[in-house]
Amino acid sequence: MSRISAEEVKHVANLARLAVTEEEVQKFTQQLDKIISFAEQLNELDTENVEPTSHVLDMKNVMREDVPVKGLPREEVLKNAPEHENGQIKVPSIIE
Amino acid sequence: MSLFDQKLSSLQESLHKKEISVTDLVDESYKRIDQVEDKVQAFLTLDEESARQKAIELDKKLGTDDAKGLLFGMPIGIKDNIVTRNLRTTAASKILENFDPIYDATVVQKLQTANSITIGKLNMDEFAMGSSTENSGFQKTKNPWNLETVPGGSSGGSAAAVAAGEVLFSLGSDTGGSIRQPASFCGVVGLKPTYGRVSRFGLIAFASSLDQIGPITRNVEDNAYLLQAISGLDPMDSTSANVDVPNFVQSLTGDVKGLKIAVPKEYLGEGVKEEVKQSVLDALKTLEKLGATWEEVSLPHSKYALATYYLLSSSEASANLARFDGVRYGYRSPNADNLMDLYKNTRAEGFGEEVKRRIMLGTFALSSGYYDAYYKKAQKVRTLIKQDFENIFAKYDVIVGPTTPTPAFKIGENTADPMTMYLNDILTIPVNLAGVPGISVPCGFSNGLPLGLQIIGKHFDESTVYRVAHAFEQATDFHKQKPQL
Repeated sequence: MSRISAEEVKHVANLARLAVTEEEVQKFTQQLDKIISFAEQLNELDTENVEPTSHVLDMKNVMREDVPVKGLPREEVLKNAPEHENGQIKVPSIIE
Repeated sequence: MSLFDQKLSSLQESLHKKEISVTDLVDESYKRIDQVEDKVQAFLTLDEESARQKAIELDKKLGTDDAKGLLFGMPIGIKDNIVTRNLRTTAASKILENFDPIYDATVVQKLQTANSITIGKLNMDEFAMGSSTENSGFQKTKNPWNLETVPGGSSGGSAAAVAAGEVLFSLGSDTGGSIRQPASFCGVVGLKPTYGRVSRFGLIAFASSLDQIGPITRNVEDNAYLLQAISGLDPMDSTSANVDVPNFVQSLTGDVKGLKIAVPKEYLGEGVKEEVKQSVLDALKTLEKLGATWEEVSLPHSKYALATYYLLSSSEASANLARFDGVRYGYRSPNADNLMDLYKNTRAEGFGEEVKRRIMLGTFALSSGYYDAYYKKAQKVRTLIKQDFENIFAKYDVIVGPTTPTPAFKIGENTADPMTMYLNDILTIPVNLAGVPGISVPCGFSNGLPLGLQIIGKHFDESTVYRVAHAFEQATDFHKQKPQL
């Protein structure tokens, strides 16, 4: 049985904000199924009492003084923006 | 005979005696690039004008007290996922094709302080996702030892440019083997430092808990110099570690008497080619002759490292790559009437296939209903893998094995099935999961293609890793052989 359906692939693509073609949905369904079934070998291990590792170094929150510094100059910020107008980044309308 | 056949310390001496100039070194780089770059295709962007300007400035300083810096006048190439102010940085992705960074990565600032000279930006797998540099959005880099084979990846450009003599050395980045594997394939020296040794500020993030920037060089001593220049705590990266940076070059004593080496049986097992195994066994004999001892050990959770890595690195990548949305920088799809389509089409058109596949896998593993079964499970197995290393390092000084299961493979050979490509990193991935340092040094050839010996050390013990690598290098002459281009 497949571990991930075409419908789920479409749902995940939407969460990831990726437009996908029907062809890609088919391909991803097949490939992700293979990778996920490979990943399920982890279930051979009993990890009931194992703490998860999100970070290898023994670090807690790293604090620093809150020192105000100047923000980036506007022209620098806009330098790489695909579209801008009147010193602001422009996007298509959000509200209909 | 290339100037880059000499080691950094000899070049420094010649410079300060004014036998050569910085301009000579920069000439050497661009001359070689002219000769071989159409075959190797290691560079995405060259910075010739600035490099020559800087060379002139440094040449004026020669003979004065201002002629200082650990890497004074040394030509370097930088992997294209490390941001360079006013020098195009793409991470080999169409989505960043025209990206012109407004700041320098911390490592780039440190290179400037050390007075090295940036020659250009090096090709890689898109966003460092891959093991052959075939996933670059722009071009396929070739292995200088055999132009029909891959240079490895993801830092394929960084390794190929050093092997081809286009630069003296380079920076790469390593998330699951991306420095060590191409170093092995191209017959050069590549080190992944301990997680936290080098600042990641300005490294375009792939998997933040695994990524490290590190040096690729022609010999171990140069590697130690380059790591020295880029290491240290950085207030701009709160995961950089507040630990002393030792003098790495001083650790190159040549003495490995009494050193205890662990050789995991899993690293010489199934899937590892016979000639690769033999080269490691020969290397162990060499180290024994130098006074070290070795024993076979077990890292019992090794077989789970690959699955753990793909779940964790893809999950982190899916979050890190959310920033590429076509709004503030990078490519923007012209095919969108509303904001949602702008996001979706920009990402669909801007990202390559492997990047999309990993974003999909990571988004799935983090999604509601699957998080505990996949992401959290993988984090727990990561703990077991880390403990495997701790157990071994309680009794041994270093772990030794091959860097890769095979020598470089043919271009196109592993692109059909993502899983076969992933298997390339099976011997390097556990090192990233545990966060320990690892190096690849040349240890043999198979049909004219280089093989690499991997030496793995304790957290923040790059000194011992370098000492062993250097002693081995000095006792062999694999590193002296150069590809014919």
